Amino acid sequence: MSGLRIVSAGFAPTLQDHGRPHVQHLGVPPAGALDPVALRIANALVGNPADTAVIELRVMGPTVEVETGSVRVALVGTDAPVEILGDRKVEAPSHQSILLSRGRRFRVGSLSDTGVAYLAVQGGFDLEPVYGSLSTYTRAKIGGLDGRALRDGDLLPLNRGEADDRAELRCADRSWRRDNGPVRVVLGPQDDYFTADSTAAFFASEYRVTREADRMGMRLDGPVLAHAKGHDIVSDGIATGAIQVPGNGRPIVLLADHQTTGGYPKLGTVVSADVPRLGRLRPGDALRFARVEVEEAEAARRVLEERIDRIVERFGPAEPWLDEDALYRRNLVSGIVEPG
Amino acid sequence: MTETNSEPRPAPRFLSAGDAALVVEFGNAVDPAINHRVMRLGEAARAAGLPGLVDLVPTLRSLMVHYDPTVTSRRAVEERLRDLMADTGGTPVVGRLWEFPTLYGGEMGPDLEDVAKRTGLSPERVVELHAGTGYEAFMMGFMPGLAYLGIIPPELELPRRSEPRVRVPAGSVAIATNLTNVYSLESPGGWHLLGRTPVALFDLHRDPPVLLQAGDRVRFVPVGRDAYDELRDRMEAGDTAFAPVEAEDRA
Repeated sequence: MSGLRIVSAGFAPTLQDHGRPHVQHLGVPPAGALDPVALRIANALVGNPADTAVIELRVMGPTVEVETGSVRVALVGTDAPVEILGDRKVEAPSHQSILLSRGRRFRVGSLSDTGVAYLAVQGGFDLEPVYGSLSTYTRAKIGGLDGRALRDGDLLPLNRGEADDRAELRCADRSWRRDNGPVRVVLGPQDDYFTADSTAAFFASEYRVTREADRMGMRLDGPVLAHAKGHDIVSDGIATGAIQVPGNGRPIVLLADHQTTGGYPKLGTVVSADVPRLGRLRPGDALRFARVEVEEAEAARRVLEERIDRIVERFGPAEPWLDEDALYRRNLVSGIVEPG
Repeated sequence: MTETNSEPRPAPRFLSAGDAALVVEFGNAVDPAINHRVMRLGEAARAAGLPGLVDLVPTLRSLMVHYDPTVTSRRAVEERLRDLMADTGGTPVVGRLWEFPTLYGGEMGPDLEDVAKRTGLSPERVVELHAGTGYEAFMMGFMPGLAYLGIIPPELELPRRSEPRVRVPAGSVAIATNLTNVYSLESPGGWHLLGRTPVALFDLHRDPPVLLQAGDRVRFVPVGRDAYDELRDRMEAGDTAFAPVEAEDRA
């Protein structure tokens, strides 16, 4: 067996791709990357199709050893560097592809600037998808490696034994990470369950992400919402980004691992263009909400898609982090030695 | 089960759920007639193959339509659904019929005695009523593979337990309000546990892992310990051949 050895897992990393949103009718939560924008950029940097599974990192990254010929990886979503361990520690910046050869150890430290970051590997992981996705949903032990977060000592099998021969890429545009305007919300489906004053206060106030935040959802601290006609509904469907308000009036924004149906009224739904921003938030972060109509939400999503396309088109050549071992190996194999 | 045009049909409401989903709400109650309208629109939408459709999630009283907003729009989806709604009235699809061998009472059904006491029935009568009724899967939810089945005989209706259990084993057959279900995975739960079936409603080693879908029909068949153990052993050994006793009827 060869692949990527998780020497030390850090804070419960999971494999995530675009998830399985098409089997919610079977009660299976969509799961998938909390920040689909970072997922896409990370995959593009290593030359993967956009929906290839990557390692989603939260709080503290892992230490990893390359136990295959060579790998091309990219860390996206944080300013933390990839620390390449050895006799002499070298730091390779995030947001660029890096080529690492067999035996190399690297580490991603503490993620103090984001809720999630992604480590993409060229070719992706050689694991069995569940309903077409490798996304890990730990509550039902679905996807990823045995349906669980990665642990110390795990070996992640890869689809490629060697990274291919290509120039390393760098994503210079990091502006997408700094969007900090109000999070846009479309009212409904149960906005009629709340008093007009409550709804007005919701959009006028600042909320903070509490420590009760995980891949399923984040509870917010701020003005408590008053229900106009009870806090129980006959269960209906849940969309990612739904703002659910249980009996205590404290809103919970539901994220990728949300249940497919639920019995609490939902004041509104965060627009799809802003859902990736929710994943980047950390406990203690402040946010405000702004009400928009569906058409504005659709326009915002188009703008986001065009922006990501442009970011990917404008990838430039990477800073020269050269893994001398890897270069040497490749030259031996191909028989070509480029002039130094 | 067939609705006639003479029955009152309040106009469904189209509710927003962001820009990647909408809800078609047919009512606000646990009512098979409402659920049948939900199911029929879901069937029609799936058959029509809406562009950008991601998933259709029927619930007891509404249909959630998940779609890809980079491919289609709220307006296009809503228009198409309204057209389909005008045309649906045809033969409803009769889902597959499953029979789940169930061991009632004892350690498998720790609430059977309590349910009997609270309903004023004998435990035997509770089993007779629960197993003597055919159920429909109105919706899936709460966890992968869990179906909300109903309607149970009114004599068995009880609110949820005031103290939910921290751990309910997979396969537990349970009741609450006017519904019954089978826990597809071990989880916390507040329903009253009448028995257990060895049938795996969610099994990653089976393709597809989830056994039931909304629209299916279910019966519980009381069995003794030996029959339960035999089927459980077969299932645990990887026998994935458990099949419905009647196929779906689209005629």
